[in-house]
Amino acid sequence: MSRDVEAEVIGILARQAMLDPFDITNDLSPEDLGMDSLGLVEAIFAIEEAFDISVPFNANVPQGGEFDLSSVGSIVDHVKMLVTARG
Amino acid sequence: MRVVITGAGTINPLGADVPSTLRAMAAGQCAVTSLAIRDQRRLSVQIAASVADFDPSAHFPPERQRLLDRFSQFALVAARQAVQQSGLQLTGRLAAQTGAIIGSAAGGLSTSDDNFRAVYEERKSRVHPFTVPRLMGNAAASQISIDFGLQGPTFAVASACASSNHAIGLAFQMVRAGVAPVMLAGGAEAMLTLGGLKAWEGLRVLAPVACRPFSLDRTGMVLGEGAGVFVLEARDHATARGAPILAEIAGFAMSADGAHMVLPSAIGAERAMRAAIDDATLAPGSVGYINAHGTGTQANDFAESAAIAAIFGRRAAVSSTKGAHGHLIGASGAVELLACLLALNEGILAPTVGWRMPDPNCPIDIVAGTARRAVVTSCLSNAFAFGGLNAVLALVNP
Repeated sequence: MSRDVEAEVIGILARQAMLDPFDITNDLSPEDLGMDSLGLVEAIFAIEEAFDISVPFNANVPQGGEFDLSSVGSIVDHVKMLVTARG
Repeated sequence: MRVVITGAGTINPLGADVPSTLRAMAAGQCAVTSLAIRDQRRLSVQIAASVADFDPSAHFPPERQRLLDRFSQFALVAARQAVQQSGLQLTGRLAAQTGAIIGSAAGGLSTSDDNFRAVYEERKSRVHPFTVPRLMGNAAASQISIDFGLQGPTFAVASACASSNHAIGLAFQMVRAGVAPVMLAGGAEAMLTLGGLKAWEGLRVLAPVACRPFSLDRTGMVLGEGAGVFVLEARDHATARGAPILAEIAGFAMSADGAHMVLPSAIGAERAMRAAIDDATLAPGSVGYINAHGTGTQANDFAESAAIAAIFGRRAAVSSTKGAHGHLIGASGAVELLACLLALNEGILAPTVGWRMPDPNCPIDIVAGTARRAVVTSCLSNAFAFGGLNAVLALVNP
């Protein structure tokens, strides 16, 4: 059964940013969603819990290191990759 | 600089604010009930004094709650009441100078407990990212500074059961020295968790049925939880703005036994009380009431009674309110200071709930049964902690 990763990730980001999922588009950045660094860390935690994956994110590295956080679309793509790799 | 209390706030097993707590203390009510926490069946202790029906959502929006351990929630609730009563507008220069010192023995223990459980028992590989900012001992002090935008001296004090008195005493010294015109100070504790209760069970000091301070038939202490926070203000600053003055803090002293981790020394307690009286330039004969540390353990009751008897004989009335609200550990001194306000402002000495029979090893004047009426112009509040740390506050009518 294939999960709708995109919808789930957007749902998590929407809950964190306290926005309607319909207002979240792939081109927006976490800053555009009004998320600060703590909010972003919390969202990544929620993503890890939801998909049982480990997100290689380091808050000390610009742009989070290996994990491309520049936009909602890049986050969704990376999570899809991690979910596929997990099997 | 003379220092006065211009605001008081609390949430504790007896009440969710100061007026309800004072009425319960005066009426000799007991808030000890059967304990019902997660995994209760794994505990031998079956009673505690908990803050029942506390709903964080009534005080904090969801996004704020995620950063608040239960002890910080209690501290914020108490601080908001205290600031509101004081009538202070904490803005501009005053906010820049004002700070908060909050005592706690265990800090965010619910957070530690929950997350250790997740890692060790549930074998989870990660915990919530806010675990550290929730559990750290200074979380309550920092949350108060954030709540009111305070930018002055702000930190936590940990001295087990004396944490509140040390916090209030340090804040008192700062205001007296002119370091800050206003300080928020008190204590908060929430350790009624499986891990916290197991730790206390290990010491074999918990009472099975009731806490009976200074009573011959004592069986130990009962754990509680809650917070108390006070607004301490330079007297001139308070009078200039026509603020309510609840009491004057006239003296403070602290000492260490330097002897034993859990067995208290009567000499250490006596030294702290004498030094507090000296600091307040009071004569022992003028002290009308002592709110005792009075844990209901044999070790405390004997040592504290000996110390009080050495200074006051039977001339000062003594009560412990721990039989009513339990032992709030790091928050105990703050909540118990309310009994001193009751004595100074209303002439009511709260009874030692649970006391049933005189103990020859406690040769002091214990207020028991029902509250006693007395005109009190000065009083002491004792706190004697594990680790042999003693902190005593002296309050007077302004």
